[in-house]
Amino acid sequence: MLIKATRGLLIAAVSVLGIATGIIPAQAEINVNITEGFVEPLPVAVADFNGGQPEEQLIGRDIAEVISANLERTGLFKPIDNKAFIQDQSSLLVGVRFGDWRLINAQALVTGSARVQGDGKVRVEFRLWDVYAENMMTGFSYTSTRTNWRRIAHRISDAIYKRLTGEQGYFDTRVVYVSETGPQNRRQRRLAIMDQDGFNHKFLTNGRFDVFTPRFSPTSQEITYLSFEGNVPKVKLLDLQTGREETLGNFKGMSFAPRFSPDGNSVVMSLADRGNTEIYSMDLRTRKFSRLTNHPAIDTSPSYSPDGSKVVFNSDRGGSQQLYVMDINGGNVKRISFNKGRYATPVWSPRGDLIAFTRLSGRKFYIGVMKPDGSGERMLAEGYHAEGPTWSPNGRVLSYYKQGKSDSRGKVKSKVYTVDLSGYNEREVVTPLDGVDPAWSPLLQ
Amino acid sequence: MRFKLLTMFAAALFLSACASNSDNNADGSNDGSSATTGTTDQSSSVSSSSIQGPQPGSLEHLVVNVGDRVFFGYDQSDLQGEGQKTTEALAVWMNSYPAVTLTVEGHADERGTREYNLALGERRANSVRDYLVALGVNPNRVQVVSFGKERPAVLGSTEEAWSQNRRAVFVVN
Repeated sequence: MLIKATRGLLIAAVSVLGIATGIIPAQAEINVNITEGFVEPLPVAVADFNGGQPEEQLIGRDIAEVISANLERTGLFKPIDNKAFIQDQSSLLVGVRFGDWRLINAQALVTGSARVQGDGKVRVEFRLWDVYAENMMTGFSYTSTRTNWRRIAHRISDAIYKRLTGEQGYFDTRVVYVSETGPQNRRQRRLAIMDQDGFNHKFLTNGRFDVFTPRFSPTSQEITYLSFEGNVPKVKLLDLQTGREETLGNFKGMSFAPRFSPDGNSVVMSLADRGNTEIYSMDLRTRKFSRLTNHPAIDTSPSYSPDGSKVVFNSDRGGSQQLYVMDINGGNVKRISFNKGRYATPVWSPRGDLIAFTRLSGRKFYIGVMKPDGSGERMLAEGYHAEGPTWSPNGRVLSYYKQGKSDSRGKVKSKVYTVDLSGYNEREVVTPLDGVDPAWSPLLQ
Repeated sequence: MRFKLLTMFAAALFLSACASNSDNNADGSNDGSSATTGTTDQSSSVSSSSIQGPQPGSLEHLVVNVGDRVFFGYDQSDLQGEGQKTTEALAVWMNSYPAVTLTVEGHADERGTREYNLALGERRANSVRDYLVALGVNPNRVQVVSFGKERPAVLGSTEEAWSQNRRAVFVVN
């Protein structure tokens, strides 16, 4: 039984209009370098967006709050407490007094307004200012239904992030994951979806059967996941807009470890039969299966390269769990993990430059990355148990889960985290219950 | 070792069942009817005794007579000595109850990753199935499924719990 996802969020019409102001940014502009290890967070001021009516003021304040929180969570920006602001909101309408913002040490300033139009929709404008160069860096306006104000705030955050870092943002995204509660032996698991900041949380399944490893389509509002409905693990496909769900493939035995191809046209997965787990891919248009691996070892956890030419996967063909890369026809298999311990759950970055993985070494679990040829291995997070990385759509942030030890009554805690590719800024993603197996959506459009 | 304890427990159950059975028969007073032994003066009477122990061919019967699980080493799926013996006893038991069909559930401990452990559990369940088939059990009578690390039998994050969770469990369909 699937609970239909609310449609409002999905069919939201957010129109984007660039504001042509004719102001050309100065040369010596702010630029946040996000490829370095640790960066001192850039102080930014996000003023409450101006509103006329009380409702507009409320929306304006809420939007500023969401933008602040988004920027803060990146670890790259440090929003300044608005109690320190010198210039007030109403005078900002007349013009920015840059000196007032330099006094409180703001490097960048975000201003904006919210207006409810005659048709009931809300129109939100924002401007990003370089306080020292005293010019506008970017600005856009957005029009949508009032209930959609959070998405507008995320879109604005993405625009700010892009302008200041030079990279695509990841705020107008969602995360699907498995919500968990209860002791180890009676743990209830439900598929759940939320905005990347934890808001708009919804359950998608009712918890009567176990679900695991949901993954987003890169091109549509669909997810694929593992379901234990009927007590046999099977790969399912779920359309988030219609709530329609189907089992992928009608074969005997188990299927698991699904993941979409970069073009969204096929799902690669493991099928287990008679003690042998192999990787297959299913074309969603023809429903035809093709086999990728042919080896008596366990071959699982496949993930495509973003150009669709290769698959990284997990195999114990060398005696223990390691990472291998092969061509999509199954040829040219190469092992890429060689350090101490066992490696699992490889996931190719959407940028193509790195592969994230879980590593089991000593008595710990690690989340790490390496280049597709196996070089440049780095650990980004660790724990008693850490597993299942997923990439932000810009390839800058990883999300995964950590689980603690359980006690003799089976009490256990599992939580979703994010960490920057630099290995800094690990944060817990607050969820109503426990959470495992996060999967990041592509940017919504 | 859980397996040994279970076997001893099962044996104890079996013995106590026998004991109470013979107690009932000896005094013949449980429901006023005579026991089958000793008396001849009431030839028209119906003798009875209460049924003790599980129904032959049931899961309970399997648990008492064979045990319902075998254990594996860390990241291993080979049946070791004790597991082999249990599976051999299971084959004999299945041949005694030819109508019975079985599902073997494969499980893993929590110290692994989800997808690999699903595959590992499937491999463990098939170790049992393959050995049963080698011992003459019809392959159509044995299904397998894996629950990976998702359904621990013993709670806690200890070596002892993990060793008992790396298992294959027999379920009578």
